[in-house]
Amino acid sequence: MTINRRTILKAGAAAAALPLLGSRAFAQSEPLKVGFIYVGSINDNGYNYAHNQGRIFLEEQLGDAVETTYVENVPEGPDCERVLRELAQQGNKLIFATSFGFGDSVIKVAQQFPDVKFEHATGYQKADNVGLYNARFYEGRAVCGTIAGHLSQTGKLAYIGSFPIPEVVMGINALALSARKINPEITVKPVYISTWNDPAKEADAARALIDQGVDIIAQHTDGPAALQVAQERGIIGGFGQGADMSAFAPETQLTSIIDHWGPRYVASAQAVIDGTWTPRDTWEGLKEDVVQMGPYGPKVTEEVKAAAEAVRTGQIDGSFHIFTGPIKDNTGTERVPAGVTMTDAELLSMDWYVEGVEQPA
Amino acid sequence: MEIIIPIIVTLVFAATPILLAALGELVVEKSGVLNLGVEGMMLVGAIAGFAGQFYTGNPYFALLCGAMAGAATSIIFGFLTLSLSANQTATGLALTIFGTGFSALAGAPFSARPIQLMGPLFPAELASHPVLRVVFGYSAPVYFSFFMVFAVWYFLEKTRPGLILRAVGENDLSAHSIGYSVKLVRYLAVLFGGAMAGIAGACFPLLLTPQWAERMTAGRGWIAVALVVFASWRPFRLLGGAYLFGLVMTMELYAKAGGGPLSAIPSELWAALPYLATIIVLVLISIRRDASTNAPACLGKPFLPTN
Repeated sequence: MTINRRTILKAGAAAAALPLLGSRAFAQSEPLKVGFIYVGSINDNGYNYAHNQGRIFLEEQLGDAVETTYVENVPEGPDCERVLRELAQQGNKLIFATSFGFGDSVIKVAQQFPDVKFEHATGYQKADNVGLYNARFYEGRAVCGTIAGHLSQTGKLAYIGSFPIPEVVMGINALALSARKINPEITVKPVYISTWNDPAKEADAARALIDQGVDIIAQHTDGPAALQVAQERGIIGGFGQGADMSAFAPETQLTSIIDHWGPRYVASAQAVIDGTWTPRDTWEGLKEDVVQMGPYGPKVTEEVKAAAEAVRTGQIDGSFHIFTGPIKDNTGTERVPAGVTMTDAELLSMDWYVEGVEQPA
Repeated sequence: MEIIIPIIVTLVFAATPILLAALGELVVEKSGVLNLGVEGMMLVGAIAGFAGQFYTGNPYFALLCGAMAGAATSIIFGFLTLSLSANQTATGLALTIFGTGFSALAGAPFSARPIQLMGPLFPAELASHPVLRVVFGYSAPVYFSFFMVFAVWYFLEKTRPGLILRAVGENDLSAHSIGYSVKLVRYLAVLFGGAMAGIAGACFPLLLTPQWAERMTAGRGWIAVALVVFASWRPFRLLGGAYLFGLVMTMELYAKAGGGPLSAIPSELWAALPYLATIIVLVLISIRRDASTNAPACLGKPFLPTN
């Protein structure tokens, strides 16, 4: 059964009619109830889909020890507070709020339910019962950039982004830095389309970029529209974002960055069951398996594959960090000296572009 | 300069669904009914068109599915506002919310399923020709939209049923008193508007981006509604308006992608341009004294003949 806000209300009413049923009698075998709220649809093939896959992973791994509930399409704002409260009242002892904009509501509701643990994705506000988690998507971008650097013939890459927020800027910079390590002539053209989900606009942006000589497109929006245009026009390639999108572009997807939240969810749920949960603030990546690379596409040769794998494994064993200096910005000023690696705080507030990225208007 | 041809091709595709939906809404409003549910009907048409293409691979059948689904959705609106005399504004808004939710529900099994784009109408020698594709490079709904501009104009201005429809929109009581069925005329207009919105919605998966995504029309139904006012209820002005909106939407992306002087225009200004254009056109229309705004006099009013 798909659970939406309405069925939750009904379930909530039913639960209210049976207060605390069994909570003492079956204390030992009672599963941990875990709630999830998503800002979009679990069928978006991207961000929200990936979080839901994480929830399914949690159920598979911990089996009867957990019982999960999710609510999708929760708008950021007062509605979110109400949904969080309902989940807490239904007996969920661990609640994952998976969108940045849920932050204020999480803090508010967490104060009212001190015995419920909350975890907020991509946020910044912590509390005694509120932990934070995020993923280093830029590590995946570095692998994509390595492939793009080898395969691009025109030397022109593009990046279709939603909004110029640090998360997106970081991805553009990681792509540019890694591609230019292979071919210093490469330029990256960022185009912001001011929306996360307008497939027709994403597709038209891709058409405009291809018409002007771009031969590899990366995108940071919620769907595969740009990748489909890349396939239709027969350019060299593009990258899946959030999930493997090879179904939409079997020849053209060079690889994809897959959000794999499952291990993070298992670790938190296990900690609550064991009574060892503390509010953590984690930013995990390839090493922790929270970011994964999808299969390489047919155009990626063995040689390029080896180069991409070297970047991937280098980030796993810690020998390689894409944001290690020297790094110049796109005005030619040195921002990071040689040998110095940018701190997480610097990365999370990044608002400048590296050399080779054309300044967007 | 060779970039101009791809720009024109992209803008024609971008403008087509807006033009189709707006033509439908124009006829609806000419009959005195304001249906703000265009966006919802488009989304239902989009998922129906997607499903039609997914199961049969026949894009013409898919367009038909879109039209039927859009028309079926509009019956809900027709029943509530024409038979039950519900408030048209509120019902139209509700229809958009319904269409958004229903299409998401119906579309859930189709996520992660690509389909085939509808190919061009003309043979590849013409459709893929570097210059001639500006005329021959489109698929059938684009030519259909041109034909419909003319057909709607001809119907409204040159035919007797068109005159009756306009009479119903201008003065429903008079039309009623000389024996015309106001309800029937309005039902037919609403159905036509629904079918056109459905075809417009089906254009998204068939012409623009061959996938299903929730809310994939992303507000273009509202642009269609605005465009009818922008065009002061005239079909040929509607054609111009739809292409002006299409040009602004397309130029934003080409300018950002290509550099040059236009790329210095910030995104926010691009986003505001269609609305600035609307305001300017409305001012120009009101300066011209020869005609009023041309709005149907009974627009949005329920028809309630007393006894």
